[in-house]
Amino acid sequence: MTTTLRAGSVDAGPATAGPRVGVLALQGDFREHAHVLAALGARVTLVRRPEELAEVDGLVIPGGESSVMDKLSRTFGLAAPLKAAIAAGLPVYGTCAGLIMLADTVLDAIEGQQSLGGLDVVVRRNAFGSQNQSFETDLAIPELGDAPVHAVFIRGPVVESVGPAATALATLDDGRVVAVEQGSLLGTSFHPEINGEHRFHEYFLSKVRARV
Amino acid sequence: MTVPETGSSRVKRGLAEMLKGGVIMDVVTPEQARIAEDAGAVAVMALERVPADIRAQGGVARMSDPDLIEAIIAEVSIPVMAKARIGHFVEAQVLQALDVDYIDESEVLSPADYVNHIDKWNFTVPFVCGATNLGEALRRINEGAAMIRSKGEAGTGDVSEATKHIRKITSEINALSSMTKDELYVAAKELQAPYELVAEVAETGKLPVVLFTAGGVATPADAAMMMQLGADGVFVGSGIFKSGNPEARAAAVVKATTFYDDPSVIADVSRGLGEAMVGINVGDLPAPHRLAERGW
Repeated sequence: MTTTLRAGSVDAGPATAGPRVGVLALQGDFREHAHVLAALGARVTLVRRPEELAEVDGLVIPGGESSVMDKLSRTFGLAAPLKAAIAAGLPVYGTCAGLIMLADTVLDAIEGQQSLGGLDVVVRRNAFGSQNQSFETDLAIPELGDAPVHAVFIRGPVVESVGPAATALATLDDGRVVAVEQGSLLGTSFHPEINGEHRFHEYFLSKVRARV
Repeated sequence: MTVPETGSSRVKRGLAEMLKGGVIMDVVTPEQARIAEDAGAVAVMALERVPADIRAQGGVARMSDPDLIEAIIAEVSIPVMAKARIGHFVEAQVLQALDVDYIDESEVLSPADYVNHIDKWNFTVPFVCGATNLGEALRRINEGAAMIRSKGEAGTGDVSEATKHIRKITSEINALSSMTKDELYVAAKELQAPYELVAEVAETGKLPVVLFTAGGVATPADAAMMMQLGADGVFVGSGIFKSGNPEARAAAVVKATTFYDDPSVIADVSRGLGEAMVGINVGDLPAPHRLAERGW
């Protein structure tokens, strides 16, 4: 039986032990991230308000629609504290729309769309085309072990260029970068949260634990 | 390295997962699509006529003109959905060729086949289908639907049918969760759905695909109510562009869907929105004009 996480700020996972990790819950597949994080021993808070952000030691920005997350985060006063937290070193992992939110530069954004920034990369939104071009494939990511990472791309972005401060973690066969890291920030074009691939979340939690 | 795989169940169902917590809006022009995207829609449904106009004008309602669908795809960066008639697999082939992101096999259009729905496994593009109860939802999933929406009664602005359908689906799911295995065989027979899907729902306590609500949602409070009743997200059809101030109403419905459990936010966003769509009470509709009864 899956746990249902619905209310604004909920606890899942152990009550006392484990780092407190937020999942940005404005829109998207935030419940899938919450389940993975709880299964790995984190205490999970769904974040929609500045006071919820203030209690977490790390944050996941889920998949979803980046233009919607941007709009809601600014309307409800979350964008400024998010930027400040990222600048102060809060570990943040973004998948798909979350990677777009973390990118310093976003191509093919809607008019007026802003990102939080933090990752020294240029990301192109919806880089593969329509849903007909969405795909799944295996990626070799030695940092996460020998077994390939099965990666699901859903109208996903790609990292078009990686600045000097950031490092590419994974590329497609054609060389396009689809996972990046920079200090406490981590971003993937794909969605480990929907296919039982927990190694990115474990890697992210190690960054959170290192900082707590 | 494996060869990249498109059109898998995971990829099709996955796009619906990414739409969760969002609002999908009916639009009939590129200008309306732009307003919807700017207001925070997660996707748009490209149509020639919204359900309220289909209802008012009558006649056979069909797939939209490809020029209109392409113009809307060109206008926005969010996913674009389009409707095919129930059972009209060639309309669906056309929509896939147009590269729409989702096909709605919809009772809002006139059915093309009163026996069969489209075999949706044959397509790369994912499908969303309407359902009024759990058995109908599972039959659609068995045919390959990657997302379900409750039907409601489209084009009325009366949310009571959407309420009935989402409550029915969730209560039937809850009932399955407490059944023993021998009871599940009977439940599958009564739901007229495959046993494997019934057993899966009983075990997980939810549909294997995302469940949105549609039909008659006209206000921020309507959208929030659907979310509180267990919907993963909301379709708004005629409710936005048949209202007095579409820009403000669209943005308000988006905010109410995210903060569906916070009445103070819903109160705030509900202020000064102007006229809601006028609406029709479902009880006043003669039975042959009820769209929710199309599909089986």
